[in-house]
Amino acid sequence: MARQEAKKDVVIVGLGWTGAIMGIELAQEGLEIVALERGHDQDTVPNFQYPQMIDELKFGVRLKMMQKPSQQTLTVRRNESETALPYRSLGSFLPGNGVGGAGTHWNGLNWRPQAEEMRLRSYVTENWGEGIIPADMTIGDYPVTYDELEPFFARFERVAGISGTAGNIKGELREGGNPFEGWRSEEYPMPAMPSTWDGAKFAEAAKAAGYHPFPSPGGIASRAYVNEYGMQMGPCNHCGFCERYGCFQYSKSSPQTAILDRLKQYPNFTYRTESEVLRVEMAADGKTATGVTYFDEKAGEEVFQPADIVILATYQLNNVHLMLLSGIGQPYDARTGEGVTGKNYGYQMNGGVTMFFKDEHFNPFIGTGANGFCIDDFGMNNIDYGAEGFIGGAYWRSGQTNGQPIRSMPLPSGTPTWGAGWKQAVGEWYGHAMSIGAHGSCMSYATNHLDLDPTYTDRHGRPLMRMTFNWNANDIRQTQFMKSKMEPLAQSMNPDLMQSSFKKEGAQYDVRPYQTTHNTGGHIMSDTPTTGVVNRYSQAWDKHNVFALGAGNFVQNTQYNPTGLVGGLAYWTAHAIRTQYLSNPRPLV
Amino acid sequence: MKTILRVIGGAAVLGAAGLAAFVFVPVQRTAAVTDLPADWTAPEGAGEYVMYAGDCMACHTAEGGQPFAGGRAIHSPMGTIWSTNITPDPETGIGGYSLDEFRAAMIDGIRADRAHLYPAMPYENYRLMTEEDIRALYQYFMEDVQPVNNAVEATALSFPFNMRFGIRAWNWLALSHDAGPAVSGDTPEDRGAYLVDGAGHCAACHSPRTAFMSQDGITKADANYLTGGEVDGWHAPALRGPGSAPKVWAVEEMAAYLSTGRNAHSAANGEMGLVVRDSLQHLTDEDNLAIATYLRTMDGAPETASVAEAATTTETMLTEATDLDLGARLYLDNCSACHFVDGKGAAEIFPELANNSIVTAPQIGGLANVILHGAELPSTEHRPMKLKMQGYADRLSDEEVAALATFLRQAWGNDAPPVAAADIAPFRAQAAH
Repeated sequence: MARQEAKKDVVIVGLGWTGAIMGIELAQEGLEIVALERGHDQDTVPNFQYPQMIDELKFGVRLKMMQKPSQQTLTVRRNESETALPYRSLGSFLPGNGVGGAGTHWNGLNWRPQAEEMRLRSYVTENWGEGIIPADMTIGDYPVTYDELEPFFARFERVAGISGTAGNIKGELREGGNPFEGWRSEEYPMPAMPSTWDGAKFAEAAKAAGYHPFPSPGGIASRAYVNEYGMQMGPCNHCGFCERYGCFQYSKSSPQTAILDRLKQYPNFTYRTESEVLRVEMAADGKTATGVTYFDEKAGEEVFQPADIVILATYQLNNVHLMLLSGIGQPYDARTGEGVTGKNYGYQMNGGVTMFFKDEHFNPFIGTGANGFCIDDFGMNNIDYGAEGFIGGAYWRSGQTNGQPIRSMPLPSGTPTWGAGWKQAVGEWYGHAMSIGAHGSCMSYATNHLDLDPTYTDRHGRPLMRMTFNWNANDIRQTQFMKSKMEPLAQSMNPDLMQSSFKKEGAQYDVRPYQTTHNTGGHIMSDTPTTGVVNRYSQAWDKHNVFALGAGNFVQNTQYNPTGLVGGLAYWTAHAIRTQYLSNPRPLV
Repeated sequence: MKTILRVIGGAAVLGAAGLAAFVFVPVQRTAAVTDLPADWTAPEGAGEYVMYAGDCMACHTAEGGQPFAGGRAIHSPMGTIWSTNITPDPETGIGGYSLDEFRAAMIDGIRADRAHLYPAMPYENYRLMTEEDIRALYQYFMEDVQPVNNAVEATALSFPFNMRFGIRAWNWLALSHDAGPAVSGDTPEDRGAYLVDGAGHCAACHSPRTAFMSQDGITKADANYLTGGEVDGWHAPALRGPGSAPKVWAVEEMAAYLSTGRNAHSAANGEMGLVVRDSLQHLTDEDNLAIATYLRTMDGAPETASVAEAATTTETMLTEATDLDLGARLYLDNCSACHFVDGKGAAEIFPELANNSIVTAPQIGGLANVILHGAELPSTEHRPMKLKMQGYADRLSDEEVAALATFLRQAWGNDAPPVAAADIAPFRAQAAH
């Protein structure tokens, strides 16, 4: 018999970015709220404090801020004919753990999607006809538009404290910003960060080639900042410990710097850590949830937490897993195309060029996660899909993030990986390399999806979730297109050596090397109950008091890092709950 | 011989009678400074506001205890004084106090049983409060505070300080000023002075103490008023005079410091952090501005901050980073990431170290404590973040802390004496709040 806690108005599952946003927005309504966080509590001091955080072996290699596979993981296969095996050693993607979630260990790159990406199927159809969309490509339109989300993107950027230079304010193009971005109602909350030499050098070459470089937008403070909640950031010192680390000096946007201490002031808000939600419980009629059952790690027992509203705010993979375990949405069946939960799992198709210059000194130990300059000349809305033979795009960025010795030592290909030859190459090339990355789109396909594994279970006896994912020819054509444009630009910079890394035709997904933690889809938004799991307000179609946040809502991934869209959708959803749902709980669509 | 004996005997009798009178004749309570009608009641919320202004919470609530139920240890040079239960509990609190008895405690330092309170209770300052504020506060404690039955530990100082009647003599010195406000106008300056001198009892820490441990400066009329004091080894900086924060900071900056514990220059640490947390953040913006205005203008024209040439010299030295001494090197390795090589930090988050009163204080306690044990700002309404600086006790030896402190005290134009390792040692074991 599970222990039962006193009923709350709202239970929030997961206390990362979206959980913190929903917490503070709904706390302002006076609702009684409890947030359940699987991991431990953590704050800048003592958890991220200097100098303990500046430890590449512990955090960069041994991944001490991440979810432990023994605690929670999934199985992975590339296609239906393979047997999925558990992801026992973190590689391709790194879900976070603890209060603040991935918002504590991200790089800080913060982008809005392009307006065209929010209505991709219509955009493609209108310009090139439905015929260019491959049969197995399941892209769609988001059931909410860029224009509708704009105020909420802006709100998230103000709360998170984003530095950057606007390129389009209310339709008016601005010198120095991204001319291809969606319109903004206002300038970024903080001016752009200064760039290191590699970014500046790239920007120079890009400009000479007729492209439009602009400083990378990021949740890294370029000066002291105070947001609408009175929360604060301090100016960044470019120490280069962003991704995989918590920021020791309040310079990186995170729930800790942007929201949590304000949220903790509300007497109607509480949170419990080491409380892993196992499933959402349903009313007898199946139309609403009654609360959640979680495992209380400290007490070693299951607990039922009743609540009127259930908000799923965990990482995308865990949200989809909880929905599959709890019967939220009909599970997606890849053979028939029926069902919705687990559909349209998406990722990111990235590539890049590294250049070596004997006479340049890049000082790679100076950096930030969102450093440098970008171009969007090969973005989604700049490519002729009909002519190029793929649907997709990428933004390019050059800007060193760190010079950490174990993982950030780019050397010419063919260099021995250890011994005297390696030492000599490090002596010769450390500090003399720079790179350009293409951060590209990955479309949704019928074959890339999530469901429950038939074999493996977790420590609670629940089936693990199974990921079926492989690279698709369309996205490989996209990345090969980027290669064909990037290599000439890199050559124009006259490096002594140069090497490329782009996926080639026939490339198979390899779950071992790190690629990106931009896992998307699986509980996608839709305009009808048969095509997605949640409606335009992130509300479960079949359980109106369940709301699901995060990148699981993405109909297909965008070409950008997902946080800006995740944050915008969270404020959009909070607004809908506050203004439409609370006064009359019901399906909002 | 007989005569001598007679004289001595007479003197002894007189002395004994005098002493008996001193000990046993009831003390007189000061009357209300304003005659208010018996049915006068305070406006809604006024009493609670006075409570915040007077910071009653800070002393009368134990760590983790019920509000106002007493039991907090207050360390004095005479020994530990335990704060009393001031909830309206009739048995262990002040539920049985009449208004006159309550007023006497506030302005004369006399309990209902006419015994003397120890002057840890700042009745020297509360004496300057209006009758309206005292009535409002009485009403608040009697009607709005939850009674808590909590018998607190009795204060037991060693002889002679356990003889409470001795405070009678002390009060002849300390309570020479009249009851009631020293200012009567309603300008921001007067409102500021009223709050600073009365309920706010700023002089309790920021004025020096006399040889008898009474406050050396209760109002502006006193020469040493707010010229700086000492609390638990920390320097309570001067609030007047050349270079003092209220003279150098803009009024808005000073008000921000009071209401949030942080501003473009500095952060409230130690006891002042608690004052912000429990008292000042609850005052209106107008009142904090009034306090800032009063402090800035009381001695005539404010100063404008000047950039010392020495600041640039330090910045250049740290930037070039050649041949640094130990203190400068430790600064670069441990401090400059946030406070930067210019020592300016960043507004409201990383305090400025140039001309920082904790850094340059005559007493080293504040600086030593912050370096060793770190600091935490209170969560306030306008600035909820509990900004923390980590301590370096596990990373730096006493010699290193002393070298770092010495560097800070002489960098960017700071001009304070060096610190020795022996000065640091006593603070290593003693964590700040």
